[in-house]
Amino acid sequence: MQTSPHANILDDLRTVLGDRARDGDFELGLYGKDGSVLQGQASIVCLPVATAEVRQIVEICRKHDRPFLARGSGTGLAGGAVPVGDPVIIATAKMNQIIEVDLENRIAWVEPGVLNLDLTKELTPRGFHFAPDPSSQQVCSIGGNVANNSGGPHCLAYGVTSAHVAAIEVVLPDGSVTVLGDLSAEPPGYDLRGLFVGSEGTMGVATKVAVRLTPNPPAIRTLLLDFPDVRDGAATVSAIIAAGLIPAALEMMDKRAIEIVEAFVNAGYPTEADAVLLVELDGLPGGVEHGVEVVRSVAERHQVGNIRIAADNEERELLWKGRKNAFGAVARIKPDYYLHDTVVPRGKLVEVLDKVYKIADAYDLIAVNVFHAGDGNLHPILAYDSGEKGVLERVHAAGRAIITASIEAGGVLSGEHGIGLEKRDYMGMLFSAHDMATQDMVREAFDPQGFANPLKVLPSGSRCSDSFGQHVPDGAWV
Amino acid sequence: MSSLHAVPEEVHKFSAEVGTSDPITVVGGRTQWNVGGTPDGSAREVTAPSGIWSHEPEEMTVRCGAGTTLRELSEQLAQHGQMVPFDMPPNATVGGALSVGRSGIRRLRYGHMRDLVLQIRHIDCNGKIVTSGGPTVKNVSGYDLCRLMVGSLGKLGCLAEVILRCLPKPQATRWLTGVIDPFEVYARLYRPSSILWNGEQVWVCLEGVSSDVEAEAALLDLTEVEGPPPLPSDGRFSVEPKALRNLSVDDTNWIAEIGVGIVHSDRPSKAQKISKTNESLMRELERRLDPNGRLNPGRQVVPL
Ligand SMILES: Cc1cc2nc3c(=O)[nH]c(=O)nc-3n(C[C@H](O)[C@H](O)[C@H](O)COP(=O)(O)OP(=O)(O)OC[C@H]3O[C@@H](n4cnc5c(N)ncnc54)[C@H](O)[C@@H]3O)c2cc1C
Repeated sequence: MQTSPHANILDDLRTVLGDRARDGDFELGLYGKDGSVLQGQASIVCLPVATAEVRQIVEICRKHDRPFLARGSGTGLAGGAVPVGDPVIIATAKMNQIIEVDLENRIAWVEPGVLNLDLTKELTPRGFHFAPDPSSQQVCSIGGNVANNSGGPHCLAYGVTSAHVAAIEVVLPDGSVTVLGDLSAEPPGYDLRGLFVGSEGTMGVATKVAVRLTPNPPAIRTLLLDFPDVRDGAATVSAIIAAGLIPAALEMMDKRAIEIVEAFVNAGYPTEADAVLLVELDGLPGGVEHGVEVVRSVAERHQVGNIRIAADNEERELLWKGRKNAFGAVARIKPDYYLHDTVVPRGKLVEVLDKVYKIADAYDLIAVNVFHAGDGNLHPILAYDSGEKGVLERVHAAGRAIITASIEAGGVLSGEHGIGLEKRDYMGMLFSAHDMATQDMVREAFDPQGFANPLKVLPSGSRCSDSFGQHVPDGAWV
Repeated sequence: MSSLHAVPEEVHKFSAEVGTSDPITVVGGRTQWNVGGTPDGSAREVTAPSGIWSHEPEEMTVRCGAGTTLRELSEQLAQHGQMVPFDMPPNATVGGALSVGRSGIRRLRYGHMRDLVLQIRHIDCNGKIVTSGGPTVKNVSGYDLCRLMVGSLGKLGCLAEVILRCLPKPQATRWLTGVIDPFEVYARLYRPSSILWNGEQVWVCLEGVSSDVEAEAALLDLTEVEGPPPLPSDGRFSVEPKALRNLSVDDTNWIAEIGVGIVHSDRPSKAQKISKTNESLMRELERRLDPNGRLNPGRQVVPL
């Protein structure tokens, strides 16, 4: 009989999971990467169907001294779900039940593999929805949203995932199961729930989530504003906020994004414009109409061209379809793209956008900008062809320059995609060594030996307990 | 790094004041001094720096010393039609309110104040400055220590400086009252700011543009009042929102926040239970962040 460490742990896992513990080429290829450009190495993939199975997987990992990695849909853009340090992958794809919709508490209990949009589809006819709506909402999982504290266009007014999660059932790295937070307004003790949200799988595996339900707004208006100069568009964004209006969503696309998206979805975006703003106002009708007037008068002071107001739901969905498919559309100009996620003060949007264009020019790359302008969250897409020799060095250098420019403008590394593997070595640009050591102490309270998603979030120097390999393998950067 | 990331001089001074060895307790406005127990008499009192250090009305963010009073904060913000809806006594401090972490009565609409915290600088048990979060309105860079610090009663660090997200002040605010089923009120209104109920009488706060406030008010047969009723303050506990239907009332005076689940009562309430596993995680955090227990000794977030 074969007795390699690999065969041994796989045997144990199969006792629990049968053929849902896999090491076939198909799975390993699929689970070796996520939505980022990073490539890791998968060796075992588990597909549990229940909390008890997740707990058993974690116990088996501990017995064999192997780390583990929770994975949702793998749409993460920071390499959070990219396997490094040879973890056993715990994929939540088969834990996809909406357990309970509790309208009286305005809460739904869901399994982590439930897709974001599936939840909202279930809730909409009952008058509610789940407010965080990442552009990837058709495919990303609630577990991934929780782990990354994801945002979305409508988080401008409603807040990011953390504000919409009441409680989380977690299998901790020592194999115990607990519930962080509860449905009461002031759970006793420290806010472990708040700490877990955004911890990118490094504090355990979320196996159930109680999400808050948001009532559907009685009135919605969606506007598309076009500008002959991108700077006017950006200035309009900060002027809208300065006027004391926080729209439900406030998104921006630059000229290149408009052209690409229009060719892809035919939403009637004005291809001659230098930039468009997609603005949504929702709530009670009076507030919505007031908002429309504010947006109109601010935009008129900033050389707006046309203001198109969606006449019905169909038109509204069409306008949003353009925005939500922008990343997919980029594939039409170049096969690969690298997406950044910095946030800058809204008043610095014009200045930083300008720098982004200059940086892209300097490195001979194409920059496409489509982003959550209302909260200053830039998403410069650097489009490239990985077949081109030496292009990746340029992409990384340009990325670093964009991050530097954003932080110099008073910004931060990531607005919603997380740090993962991709940005962990940039953490020192924002935090002191002592800040990071403190973050690591907090993480260690959950996972002293570093079993959960090793080598992520903090640069290896600041983690005391990377027992599973100190360095990211070279291959991870292809 | 930009000046937005620079540590203000006042924070350095506070870090020196906190020092490195003796037990200390941070004094704010003493408005919620006894929450979690009173600090040991041996603890040296320190006060966090105060002052609005920057308010960018067009960013809707404000940076201030943790010792700033809510009065000073709201006066500054009101000049620009903005607010941070703490709903607490004006002499409370920002740092105190966050350290205690109890929400105000308009939570139903505005959420918990923890969600308005963008960045916190605290002084740790070794007198060192720790920054978490960031100055922008959206940020997921690093672990979310800001959420952890809210409600930590200063046991994990002393708040020195905070950056908060501000909200636009509503055009109109109306409080209404009457005898009506509060759960029906909750079901009928779109995002009211507050619904209070004492078992008989209901108080509702509506906010927004005037025409919406009027239209929502017209849905209910209630009379206008100045503001909310005085809240009983000796006890406070929370249950899941729907459990308010079956609240066992005793003979105490109480007011519940419908849709939120907080109950204010005039009888001291028992502490809610913490599971063994969560308790040990919380003790681990305390042990790592303050091994000698010098920060706010005597107070307990996790009852002994
Ligand atoms: C086209 C496109 C558009 C996007 N738009 C947005 C956007 O608008 N806003 C936004 O915020 N993000 C966006 N993203 C990024 C991504 O979709 C989100 O981060 C999403 O929440 C990830 O979910 P996932 O299920 O794919 O998680 P994965 O990629 O599988 O995992 C992400 C992280 O979560 C951890 N994790 C997953 N499940 C669990 C669990 N059950 N317990 C513990 N940890 C877990 C993983 O270990 C990993 O660290 C976009 C991505 C793409 C490809």
